[in-house]
Amino acid sequence: MTGYLFLAILALSLVAFYVGRSTASRFVASHGAEVHSRPLYHGAFAAVWVGVPALILVVLWLLSQDGLIDRLILASLPASVTEGVSASRLSLYLSEIKNVASGRIFSEPSPEILAAAERYQRWQAIAGWAMVVVALAVSAIALYLARIRMAPKFRARQSFERALDIAMITSAVVAILVTIGIIVSLTYEALQFFRLVPPQEFFFGLNWEPQIAIREDQVAGTGAFGAVPVFTGTLLIAAIALVVAVPIGLLSALYLVEFASERFRGIVKPILEILAGVPTVVYGFFAVLTVAPAIREAGSLVGLSISPNSALAAGGVMGIMILPFISSLSDDALRAVPQSMRDGSFAMGATRAETITRVLLPAALPGIVGGVLLAASRAIGETMIVVMAAGLTATLTANPLDGVTTVTVQIVTLLIGDTSFDNPKTLSAFALGLVLFVSTLCLNVLALRIVRRYREKYE
Amino acid sequence: MSENTLTTPKPFDWSSPEAAAMRKRRYAADRRLRLYGLASIVTAIGLLGILITSLIITGHTAFVQTHVAVEFTADPENVPADDPASGNFRAVVATAVQKLFPEADSPAELRVASGILSNGTPNIVRDYVTANPGLVGQTFTLKVPASDPYDQLNKGVIDRDLPEDRRRVSDTEIALFETLEARGLVTTPFNWGLFVNSDSRFPELAGLAGAIAGSFYALLVCFVISFPLGIAAAIYLEEFAPRNRWTDLVEVNINNLAAVPSIVFGLLGLAVFIQIFGLPRSAPLVGGLVLSLMTLPTMIIVTRAALKSIPPSIREAALGIGASKHEVILHHVLPLAIPGILTGTIIGLAQALGETAPLLLIGMNAFLTSPPGGIMDPATALPTQIFIWADSPERGFVSRTSAAILVLLGFLIFMNAFAIFLRQRFERRW
Repeated sequence: MTGYLFLAILALSLVAFYVGRSTASRFVASHGAEVHSRPLYHGAFAAVWVGVPALILVVLWLLSQDGLIDRLILASLPASVTEGVSASRLSLYLSEIKNVASGRIFSEPSPEILAAAERYQRWQAIAGWAMVVVALAVSAIALYLARIRMAPKFRARQSFERALDIAMITSAVVAILVTIGIIVSLTYEALQFFRLVPPQEFFFGLNWEPQIAIREDQVAGTGAFGAVPVFTGTLLIAAIALVVAVPIGLLSALYLVEFASERFRGIVKPILEILAGVPTVVYGFFAVLTVAPAIREAGSLVGLSISPNSALAAGGVMGIMILPFISSLSDDALRAVPQSMRDGSFAMGATRAETITRVLLPAALPGIVGGVLLAASRAIGETMIVVMAAGLTATLTANPLDGVTTVTVQIVTLLIGDTSFDNPKTLSAFALGLVLFVSTLCLNVLALRIVRRYREKYE
Repeated sequence: MSENTLTTPKPFDWSSPEAAAMRKRRYAADRRLRLYGLASIVTAIGLLGILITSLIITGHTAFVQTHVAVEFTADPENVPADDPASGNFRAVVATAVQKLFPEADSPAELRVASGILSNGTPNIVRDYVTANPGLVGQTFTLKVPASDPYDQLNKGVIDRDLPEDRRRVSDTEIALFETLEARGLVTTPFNWGLFVNSDSRFPELAGLAGAIAGSFYALLVCFVISFPLGIAAAIYLEEFAPRNRWTDLVEVNINNLAAVPSIVFGLLGLAVFIQIFGLPRSAPLVGGLVLSLMTLPTMIIVTRAALKSIPPSIREAALGIGASKHEVILHHVLPLAIPGILTGTIIGLAQALGETAPLLLIGMNAFLTSPPGGIMDPATALPTQIFIWADSPERGFVSRTSAAILVLLGFLIFMNAFAIFLRQRFERRW
């Protein structure tokens, strides 16, 4: 029904457009050049007034309807049922009522629940129809008001353009709202977590076993939430990725900028960009299917026992993933070095290699460092490769042949499946998410600042 | 350099053997650096090659599927003519298997024999008979998928020459299957099931239809939200916004948002869309919303670049004949920028199509045997389906996963090629 309502509002808005336009055309016929705005703008003005308020109303209504009805239903339950009952019990009642109302009856419901389910159905229907009536009424009133305001002197264009301005500013604000939403939601849930687990345990504890007691009296059920092994695992894998990606990426950028012909560059650069376009889940599968077994085989040849989900496999594949970032950002940095610096070096009799190592690299270093920092932030935040190829148990080790776990792996494993927001296990994922967000944000801000300042230097 | 040479500069003999040796050393260093560069490019391309080859090697077998032609009899005793869907098709299949192997008489042998056909065979026969009710009481031949071990055996993934205890099918099973092969009943046609079936516990029946539909719905939501929002925000920032601290903040914010790890958007979606707004888990609507928030910064950045590339002369000409600032943009700048914006949009959507982590957090990794009917139904997406299959223990899912990856890469290549086509067809150099 909601879909039809949206269509109806759009249709009304279209009607308003034609009404507005034809009204204005009549103004033009009778008043000629005195009419301020073109008929098109009168139509657009009417359409905005008829469509936008009603649509906003419907969206707000839909967002608030369920919560409101839930509260009313709970309030309407007889006191004998709700007397002295905990909040979680109440929400159980609520879901039972909803199940009964939608016809999914598992056990014989009590008469109170049955009555409430009937009420629930009735209220839902009333609310649905009320929404339709109110939305259409708002549209109709808006059409009437818009029609009244229309006159030959009416500045319809300015009105419509103001509406456009508001729409554009709102869109730009959405981008900020997303950031605020991320910060607020992560901080809120993380604070909930720190109420249950003290921050010093989370940031300095060496033991990560995020289990929770299923029953109150369970032995050894209180998990440990010391995130240090998770952080070191993340850093270890990111470091391996950088060790793989930085030399390969930097050297290939050097070759492409300084040695290669235009033609070679034109062919090779897009091929390297393909690496950046491959979805990370594909890299994850590649790590599990090909790289990890290959590393294990190689290890057993020299007599090393390598864990099947070694940090080396995950980090190595992640290195392939971030390689194009490093190569294209170093490429940009190297090309931004003015030609005059190269010419000066050649004029002194330096070879290409000497020019590169003594002049170009020092000059391009800030840009390259910025690129490496961006790649590092990507490696820290990368999820699928490590979820598929790295381990689940948090071990405090620097040995790349062992399995380690990362922040992102823990977030995914903690949140797949159950998501009740009242236990430290689920909430700890948000605390990890906050740490991840803040650390990648710092890296990004730093990297963007370095890159920008460096670019200004040569422009 | 010693003090001595500083005080009495001696002319350097460039033709001396030391100088020649030094030159040689320097040129060698030059060649070495060039070689290292070339070697790393070859390594990078080689890694890409290994990635794609290993996917093709494991995945190509999943594009064909072993089928066995079996004669079924829809006995009215088992299948009531007035309601064929309610029939006992297990019995129909069991009789058909007995007829297929007349020499097998012991129950154990029959059990082995019926294992050759896919576990879903009764359902396939039921759907076929329900679609053609005239078949009740008739005998008809239907090609049904072979179960996974035999499929692997037929494709040569399982080596028949291995000793019996090291392969998954026993000698008796191979012998039974070979009698079918000898009778010409085994075929390996193109595996349409990969595209028309939804997920299944049995690899031979699992397909991508549900995942493709889920990805489509999620991308649709993503496009509907991020395209208008992105364009509106970009026009405001590029054309109208005053240059002050606030707009600077917005700009820095957008650049940073583009680099936030995708999983953080998943956390946002979980906490806000599911927890606060109470939207259903696993729904493409929520997936699309999360993806649209991720695509929004890309959208804004590419739209701004497209707007920036329109030369000021066009704006000035329109302003000169009396257009308002809004008219200049809506009537002249935006239409000219549309090809660039569309190119960027498609590339942004291609990125969103490959995104997995946020969809895992909002539950788009459910096991679902039917495609979603709309944006509110539970669904999976292509990348999450790949993740689910990659986690499945059955051998047959390894090649299915590779095949699903190849399908996903196919979509991505198509989208990017379309974007390149748009760019080359409509891009104008001013």
